[in-house]
This record gives sequence, structure tokens and C-alpha cells, in this order.
Amino acid sequence: MHDKMENSVKDEELDLLLDELFRSYGYDFTNYARASLKRRVSRLMIIDRFPSFAELLYRVRQDPAYLTRMVEELTVNVTEMFRDPQVFKTIREEVLPILATHPFIRIWHAGCATGEEVYSMAILLDEANLLHKSLLYATDLNPTAIENIRKGVFPISEMKQYSENYILSGGKHDFSKYYTAKYNWAKFDDRLKAKMIVATHNLVSDRSFNEFVLIFCRNVLIYFDKYLQDNVLTLFDDSLEKLGFLVLGSKENLRFSPIARKFKQLENRERIWRKVM
Amino acid sequence: MAEGDVSKYRMVVIGGSAGSLDSILKIVAAVQEAVDVAFVVIVHRGKGGDSILTDLLSSQTTLVVKEVEDKELILPGTIYIAPPDYHLLLENEYTFSLDASEKVHYSRPSIDVTFESAALVYGPALVGVLLSGANADGAVGLKNIADAGGFTIAQQPATAEVGYMPQQAINLTKVSVILEGEDIGIFLRTLLK
Repeated sequence: MHDKMENSVKDEELDLLLDELFRSYGYDFTNYARASLKRRVSRLMIIDRFPSFAELLYRVRQDPAYLTRMVEELTVNVTEMFRDPQVFKTIREEVLPILATHPFIRIWHAGCATGEEVYSMAILLDEANLLHKSLLYATDLNPTAIENIRKGVFPISEMKQYSENYILSGGKHDFSKYYTAKYNWAKFDDRLKAKMIVATHNLVSDRSFNEFVLIFCRNVLIYFDKYLQDNVLTLFDDSLEKLGFLVLGSKENLRFSPIARKFKQLENRERIWRKVM
Repeated sequence: MAEGDVSKYRMVVIGGSAGSLDSILKIVAAVQEAVDVAFVVIVHRGKGGDSILTDLLSSQTTLVVKEVEDKELILPGTIYIAPPDYHLLLENEYTFSLDASEKVHYSRPSIDVTFESAALVYGPALVGVLLSGANADGAVGLKNIADAGGFTIAQQPATAEVGYMPQQAINLTKVSVILEGEDIGIFLRTLLK
């Protein structure tokens, strides 16, 4: 109907691409929210200079090495340290005191991209003297993104913003004590990394792999359709011990999901739910 | 103008940046009888999780005003605000979705992103309004709306507080009308009848 918008990928084209990614490589994007996915494909066509959709599809079919880049660009890997500082403030004040009573603290950061959130949490645990008895599982479907977590290196240009976020989250120290600046990069303290377990995990196709007391999955569900959201939330329910906590993104909600009745949102309305049943 | 008894327009998308708030408030106040139309407001602003903009707009209208949540249903007679730090997309005529990907024109939400997405979904049933601002965001989006057969309104750059943004759109595409900021609300009220 609106064929003048030639830059946009058409529904039939997107279907062809998703079918190819699934059949040849096992990546299932079919229940991703389509509006966002179409933008990612259009964007990839521009930055990698494909003159037509057919050329893009041909490349995917002929060049398995291109797949890594494709997956990297189809998924959104934008994240930051202490994003939505109020959430981290609430974790400091209301969640950590409860976790402190546990002999061992197992945390899962699902779909954590390049790991800024994992480092933020490690800093919180360190300041509460809980890091020594914690393990932070950091997973993403994108192997390139999680590689960065092992390095613990982030752009120095972001540190001003992160430092402000850290203070707003209730941080009392000089944020720069957690990293060493090298050229354009900030290398974070290896002590933080020592408690992280990094692995690829695809929320669409992989199962629960452990039981956690706290699960983070922020700004991941927005890229899924309702069906997939419900599946993933059920996976989190299965992976969370009773009275454990689930943290979602600032515009994500449990409200209309099948697991909603088992969870209770914290009083201050931050997007943190406790598994009460 | 719409022919027949019912307006053919089902959604109005309004984009603004520096100096646009006054016009937005006037538009919101003028269109409260348009209960068969959904409105979306995209304004460049800081990340803060406050509700000041929602409260301000609510004070002008009897229509429901709310910030969009992920996968929220699109209902007529409602004024939706793009939440800070997310791009606002439309999955189809019934559902919004959000996207936290890279900024566009240094902006998230970006007006271009929502305009393009709405143009794809609503085509000729869409009205796009681009207001005052110091940024090129929205120009390509307004062109997308025009190309898909929708109705386009640009604020008169000469009298806008910051004329750059609507001027970029006017340079890029033939907009349907160019109006003074204070007249857009009244014009929309007639257009949507």
C-alpha cells in the first residue's frame, strides 16, 4: 500500500530472512517484535551498503561468517552502568539487606549485552560486603557482546555519565576507584570480574540452568512479542527461588503475564517484583 | 479536508523540541472532542522519570493522557506520550512497542522513528504535525507521512520559537499546510471532525 517508502523492509522480506536464519543457523527471531526488527534490518542494509534486500539475503546464505555480524546488529546492545539509578538505589536499600541473610547469592543477568549492568551490580555487592559470597551469571545470545564482560573494558567517554548515575544510586565513593584509565578505555577492577560467570544463552531456545535469588532482564522483553514474553517470564519463574526478586526495564510489566499472580511488585513502584508463591 | 460525516484520520502524531510546549498544550486543549482519534506526542526531553509532561497535558483536556508502556494497546480518544529514553514504534494499528536502540539525531525518543513507523501502519489515515525545534529530527519522518498519503502540518518557522526543525521538513517535502503554532489546534479540530 505504501510502496513509496522503499527504505523499509517489507513483511515478506523479513519472513524470508528470519526463515533463513532459523533453518541454516538455528537462530529463531520469529517471535521478536517486528517493528523494531524491521528497523534493525533496514539499518544494517544502510551501514553495510546492501543495494537491495536480495543482496542481503544472498550474503546471509553464502557467507556463514557474516552471521555473527548479523546477529550482533539485529539485537540491540545499548546499555549503561546504573541505568535508571533509582532501581539500583532500591536494590541497595530494600533488596540487598534481604540477600545479606542468605549463605550464598546467585544472580542472573539475562540478555545483559556488553555487561555494564553486571559490573554495576558487582559494585553494589562489593559496597555491601556481599561480593565474596555472590556469583553473577551474565548471559546474552550474542557471543561478541559478552566477550566484553570478560575484558571488563568500557569507553572512558561514558564514565562521567556513569559516575553521576552511581551517585544517584546511593554510591558514596569516588567512582573512578573502580577502574584504571588506559587511552580511551576504562578497565574495571578484576576483583569484580572474579565473581562473574559469562556464557551465551538464548532466551528463545535455551532452558533454565540454575536457581537464582535475583534475576535482571531489563529492556530485553520489549523486543519480543507477547507470546515470547510470556514464555520467557515463565522461564524466569522456573529459575527463581521462592521470595526471589525479578527486575525488569522501566516500561516493562508483569501485569498481563501468566506468572503475575505469583509475584508482588515492591511498594515504591520501581520495576522490581518479588516471587511470593 | 475530510469528506463525508466521519474523518478519515485515525491517528495524529505530534513531534516537538525546543520551544514546542506552548503549541502542544494548545493543540491538546483544542482536540478533546476527537474521541475517535489516537494522538501521540513525541518531545525531546531529559531522561528523568518524572510525570510533569503528562500532568501538564492532562490539565488541558478530558481525554486520557499517558506515557506509553511496552506493548500498550492503541485506543482512540487517548493522548499517548513517548517515554523518555525509548523510541516509540507501532507494531500495527492496535499495539505500540518500545525500542531502546541507538539515538537518532542525538535523540531518544526520535520523532523520525515514530513518524516513519506510524506512516507504515496508518498510511493515508495519519496526520503528522512538526513543531518548533533546533534539531533536524522529524523532517524525514514528515516526508514519510506525506509519501504514504497522510496529511502533514509544519509550524510556521518564521514565528516559531526555534524555526529550524519545521524548516528542515518544509525544505525536504511539500507539506500539506504551514500554520502558526497557536492555530494548529483549531485547524486540527476541524480536520478531525
